[in-house]
Amino acid sequence: MIGAALRRTLITAAGVVVAVLIAFAVSSIAIRVAGADPFAAIAAMFDFGVRPIDQVDSVTYWINRSVALFIAGLAVAVGFRMNLFNIGVEGQYRMAALVSAFVGGQVLLPAPIHLTVIIVVAMAAGGLYALVPALLKVYRGVNEVISTIMLNFVAIGLAAYLVRGPFSGRREAGRLATATPELPPSGHFPDANFLITMFGLPAPRGAGLYGFIGVALVAGLVIWLLLERTRFGFEVKASGMNSDAAVASGVDPRRMVISAMVLSGMVAGLIGLPEIMGRNHNYGTSFTAGLGFLGIAVALLGRNKPVGIALAALLFGFLDRAGTPLQFDGIPPAVVEIIQGTIVLMVVIVNEVTRRIVLRWEERRAAARLGEVPAGAAA
Amino acid sequence: MLRIRFGKPALGALAGALLLAISACGGGGGGGGDAANTGASGSGAATSDLKVGLAFDIGGRGDKSFNDSAYAGLMRAKDELKAEVKDLSPVGDGSNRGELLRRLAGAGFNPIIGVGFAYAGDVETVAKEYPDVQFAIVDAPSSGPNVTGLTFAEHEGSYLAGVAAALKSKSGHLGFVGGVESDLIRKFEAGFVKGAKDTKPDIKIDSKYLTPDGDFKGFKAPDKGKTAAEKMFEDGADIVYHAAGDSGLGVFQAAAAAGAGKWAIGVDSDQAQTVKDAALQKIIMTSMIKRVDNGVFEFVKSAQGGAKGGKTISYDLKLEGVGLATTGDHISDVQDKVDEAKKKIISGEIKVPDKP
Repeated sequence: MIGAALRRTLITAAGVVVAVLIAFAVSSIAIRVAGADPFAAIAAMFDFGVRPIDQVDSVTYWINRSVALFIAGLAVAVGFRMNLFNIGVEGQYRMAALVSAFVGGQVLLPAPIHLTVIIVVAMAAGGLYALVPALLKVYRGVNEVISTIMLNFVAIGLAAYLVRGPFSGRREAGRLATATPELPPSGHFPDANFLITMFGLPAPRGAGLYGFIGVALVAGLVIWLLLERTRFGFEVKASGMNSDAAVASGVDPRRMVISAMVLSGMVAGLIGLPEIMGRNHNYGTSFTAGLGFLGIAVALLGRNKPVGIALAALLFGFLDRAGTPLQFDGIPPAVVEIIQGTIVLMVVIVNEVTRRIVLRWEERRAAARLGEVPAGAAA
Repeated sequence: MLRIRFGKPALGALAGALLLAISACGGGGGGGGDAANTGASGSGAATSDLKVGLAFDIGGRGDKSFNDSAYAGLMRAKDELKAEVKDLSPVGDGSNRGELLRRLAGAGFNPIIGVGFAYAGDVETVAKEYPDVQFAIVDAPSSGPNVTGLTFAEHEGSYLAGVAAALKSKSGHLGFVGGVESDLIRKFEAGFVKGAKDTKPDIKIDSKYLTPDGDFKGFKAPDKGKTAAEKMFEDGADIVYHAAGDSGLGVFQAAAAAGAGKWAIGVDSDQAQTVKDAALQKIIMTSMIKRVDNGVFEFVKSAQGGAKGGKTISYDLKLEGVGLATTGDHISDVQDKVDEAKKKIISGEIKVPDKP
């Protein structure tokens, strides 16, 4: 059995690698059409700068970007595990970011408590916003895809109103950007620059390496334990694979929908926090939107498993960072978007192919076993 | 209970991919449209030591409006000052604005220009990290000793557009299409409405914003611009002014489709020249030009001369920072009235509000 599991994992991993390679090949055509040399483009993607400080800055941006993508992928994956399509991660994380930034800016507490308050508020806001489509689905049969997409629009509009209305902070004269009040220093998440400086490298400039990476890793671990090592996780998976069988074996589908959706929303609440607690210190015009949608791609690429999602987030983060050096070499940054899109498509195709290969292989093995047993009984 | 089941993982994955595609179309997909012409920039014939870096905001080059005006200023610096120039665009969600500025500074570019008020925070941070590099920010005030703010009196220019539109309108009904309901775009609306009402107090003006503040799609959605303007033309408006970046193209298309006697007013660049389609050029009555190109060029030139930042330059009517384009001679019959209003604004006789 262990051999079979290992083999399946290997085939899956090989499939992803093949998908990435095919995607690069397809993108080469696009790069060629855009009038650039594909090999130069791929080389440019690995250009992290010349001086150590530039390299440190580049790697820091890469990891910081991946942290947010990882959390976004996790949030989406929790729903995907039981075939719940939470497209509303986008709206949930925006509402959570806005509310937690505002609440965090209103209180003055000792740093550890202040940080905890912001995180808890964000998770609560995200979870509550995800509760709406969960209740609609359970009690009124509303498809969660429709309701979450619609609630995204509500969230965007509501956030725009709140940030310029009741939640708006003081603005310097002439500044056109709107934002919530600034978080006091106790609400700033300390950076994790020591992870870089301990190798004798210079500290990254700007906001530094997000200390929130620790929270993200803990969240990944907790989700993994919850999904793989608890009864709840088993019920989530069972409901996803065959809801009728799950119901027959005593799983309450209403409870499952609500808890999986709310959990997904709670994780979604964390997506905006590295930026708010670690860099901007408020929610405003320059807040990064769209991570909820990218999370869908990351979860898909990572096959809804925390380790896979982490790798997928690193890949997407790497590609996003590559857009800048590509432009320095005169290659349009749209190339990055093409590569990302092709990778996701290829992964979907390769997933199906590997699934069929594994299935056929297991059928053959089962058939061989069945062939053996009667032969042994007859002897 | 769960009626809709996606039994097989592959089917689920496919559905997810489809949804992703949908969201990507509507969402941060920006920047893709001008893939073909972005590559052309870069290694110019540099003969002086001047290296000018410019970072666009989401949407970036190719909007035939605001960003292209900044790009025109950069190109002028390249030609006239023999500068080596580099322009960069951020990823679709704009999360790497600071990273772009840092890369430019790290590669030895000085001066560096951030285009758009969303750069305010990042320019402030990066300018502190590179105190020897001169920065400029378009549409925001200075935020440090090496930061020059380049702001524009959009409300004053829009006032003139309002005067011209009110005089030219036969139906007494105008329209305004704003891209994103931010305080910046509200300045355009405020000036336009005031100018029109001061000229004809009983005029009717429909205003519509494509997306709420914080959702930058409104600058990149010609389809939404078209729908909004179509509605206004159907309701009886005969001139629609847009301040919607790339989405303005949809406003022009709606005006062209609405038939004879319907006009659109362009924004930021002289759009009767920058828009390539001849059928659309014909219906652009005038454009409220915002001379971002001049602002960018003058900043580069003064930085070359050793000027330091720390100040905000406000390009208003007096400095010719804003004004109306005359391409096509559609407003020559009301030019006197427009010039009169311009004089009154400069003299302070007319105060133009910057909020609706």
